[in-house]
Amino acid sequence: MPALAKTSFAQLKSGMRVRILAAHPDCPECERLMEMGLTEGVEFAVVKVAPLGDPIEIDLRGYRLCLRKSETSCFEIEIVK
Amino acid sequence: MVAVVGNPNAGKTTLFNALTGSRQRVGNYPGVTVERISGVLKFPSGDVECLDVPGLYSLAPLSEDERVAVSAIKGDEAVSRRPDLLVCVVDASNLERNLFFYHQLCEAGLPVVVALTMVDRVASRKWKLDLARLTELLGADVVPVVGHKGKGIAELREAIARNLESPRVPRFEAELPDAVEEKVGKLRERLARSGIDYSRADVRRALLEPDEQFQSYLRDAPEMREAFDEVRPELRSPGEKGPVAGVSSRYEWAGIVERLVLSKPESGPRRSRTDHIDRLLTHRVFGLAAFGLIMLLVFESIYSFARPAMDGIQWLINGLGDLVRPMLAFSPVAQSMIVDGLINGVGAMLVFLPQILILFFFIGMLEGTGYLARAAFLMDRLLGWCGLNGRAFIPLLSSFACAIPGIMSARVMPDPKSRLATILVAPLMSCSARLPVYLLMIGAFVEPKFGAFWAGVCLFGMHLLGLVVAIPIVWFINRRMLRGRRLPFVLELPPYQMPKWRDVWLTMYFRGKVFVTTAGTVIVAMSFLIWGLSYFPRPSDAEVRYRTEYAARTQQAPDSQGADRYSTQQQLANSFLGRFGQSLEPAFAPAGFDWRITTAILSAFPARETVVPSLGIIFSLGSDAKSHRQDLQKALNDATWPDGRKLITPWSSVGLMVFFALCCQCMSTLATIKRETNSVKWPVFVFTYMTVLAYIAAVAIQQVGRLFGG
Repeated sequence: MPALAKTSFAQLKSGMRVRILAAHPDCPECERLMEMGLTEGVEFAVVKVAPLGDPIEIDLRGYRLCLRKSETSCFEIEIVK
Repeated sequence: MVAVVGNPNAGKTTLFNALTGSRQRVGNYPGVTVERISGVLKFPSGDVECLDVPGLYSLAPLSEDERVAVSAIKGDEAVSRRPDLLVCVVDASNLERNLFFYHQLCEAGLPVVVALTMVDRVASRKWKLDLARLTELLGADVVPVVGHKGKGIAELREAIARNLESPRVPRFEAELPDAVEEKVGKLRERLARSGIDYSRADVRRALLEPDEQFQSYLRDAPEMREAFDEVRPELRSPGEKGPVAGVSSRYEWAGIVERLVLSKPESGPRRSRTDHIDRLLTHRVFGLAAFGLIMLLVFESIYSFARPAMDGIQWLINGLGDLVRPMLAFSPVAQSMIVDGLINGVGAMLVFLPQILILFFFIGMLEGTGYLARAAFLMDRLLGWCGLNGRAFIPLLSSFACAIPGIMSARVMPDPKSRLATILVAPLMSCSARLPVYLLMIGAFVEPKFGAFWAGVCLFGMHLLGLVVAIPIVWFINRRMLRGRRLPFVLELPPYQMPKWRDVWLTMYFRGKVFVTTAGTVIVAMSFLIWGLSYFPRPSDAEVRYRTEYAARTQQAPDSQGADRYSTQQQLANSFLGRFGQSLEPAFAPAGFDWRITTAILSAFPARETVVPSLGIIFSLGSDAKSHRQDLQKALNDATWPDGRKLITPWSSVGLMVFFALCCQCMSTLATIKRETNSVKWPVFVFTYMTVLAYIAAVAIQQVGRLFGG
């Protein structure tokens, strides 16, 4: 893979629109996140970062999902807006 | 049998309650902690069992709990009968993700009826739903319902009856990339060569999501495992996205269906009502303040507001005892057995009911409105780092009032590993039953010497102690004891809604019933046992002997109050329990406890609040120690070892309090852990680690105290 500067979930702030570029599920946990709707190409909006900095709330496929930043390492993302 | 299945938060429980009412049975699936909740559907042609399967996001299970739920859906013989029909709850306001699950059901080829929930929410958002089109696309009967209003329930029952007669089995297949399809073909050929005829769909399913049945099949068929092992790693290799392909294609389908059947007006409000509420309730300042206030209300309710109801139950039990006592006057053994053993045992169990009911009222409210998920969102960071998650907050907080409702409320946590860790440390939180001991000891030994300020600090420190000790223990339990990965933290924040009162009442009713019928019976039996140990052996002449002894020594009448107390004290000292206490004195002496304290501790193992009355009896003050607290404090202050040293020093008084803070002296907690974990192993573990910890801490404090001349 070319050494591009990767966007990580830790950089996300509320109001951003984000697209999943690729998913590399190497564990069942990541597969579960995909099953929640985080599949390649999908876009979501960051609604809120919890007051203590983690987790983050996203608007995904019409519902609200919270994720821990630390549990999203298998996703490559880009900030759309 | 009909099984109600679907995503969490899709309105499954409301629908199940509307279908079956209060005719529900709560049990356990064989060998696991997951509750099996079933009800009855009455039809003219007869009763049909209706199963409430725990909510699932996917048919590919990650945890033991999910495995059980999936087995119940697919009808794994070891777990549950195969359902004749599934009622799949689909949330119309969250179609895409709910249809993902529906697609999986259809891949598994299961007979299904769709109950479309939250249609009222769709209407209030001014979305238009094309029901006919949806029915056509899903290939099954689709019935819109509003569970708590009973709308659509009759139609759903008709659809269930119709499908039980002639089930519709929609069959979908996940579309896979060519590379994967090629492998499916290859594996099928290999299997065919070994004489196994598998359809393409079967092979595909086995490759993507090998279920229990297939796994065991593999174990028995080496040639098949070989073929499977050869192909499966290639699916996993990067870039080919084997199992993942299924996920994407299902979502693709679900997205298309949603676009075809739902039209959302573009002009709708940018922010929904939920967003407005959340702006406040998850705000970094107001949100945390509101959280603090709500939790304070919950805590106060079980800590203080439950008190009158608990006192009322105690009053009734005492009244019943007083009523029955004279009727059994002909036999002192029967009298004590019925009144002190049975009636008190039942009372000891019933007294927890107010707290349980109140806590589950709040949990029903918080869960029903959607706030529970917000609380977890706010608290996850605080609890996540030591291996718990945000949902552990309520069980742990509640345990400061009482561990029993606290442990029961741990069922709000879907991850079995975090749930178990929470249950195992909940009894360390300083519950309200420890308070009388703290007040007694602080009042006798700390306050007179160091003043009211340090007395307050000491009381606070005792409450903090359990929490501080719990942190390394949770860490250890998570790292070293519980195997298996924990679930990723996926928390859905559902839109706010009014709580469904019927669901709240039913939750309270069933939690109360489950406690009384399962944990309750253990508590009554144990009370009975401890009563026996503290009553027997009791020679018939003992009482007369002790009274005469007392009269001879003190020149008082053998029926004086003093003789009464002396005789009670001697009988306890000579009971099995008292003798056990005396023989254990050498073990507890390093902690600074003599046989009297040791016996009081032993008698408090079933319920720690009995230690104060027990001390009252042992120090010959009678069991009504509440009204004699100052006498008891004086007696403890005056008590000495046989060699004249003071029995309780400031150090050993702290040691005693720490012992009570850490020790697991509550069989009701253990009975509840047994019921909630469905195993004897965990209550035994909790009892052992807490008691050992308490002993070590008490000994350490006493020995350090001696170094400082205490």
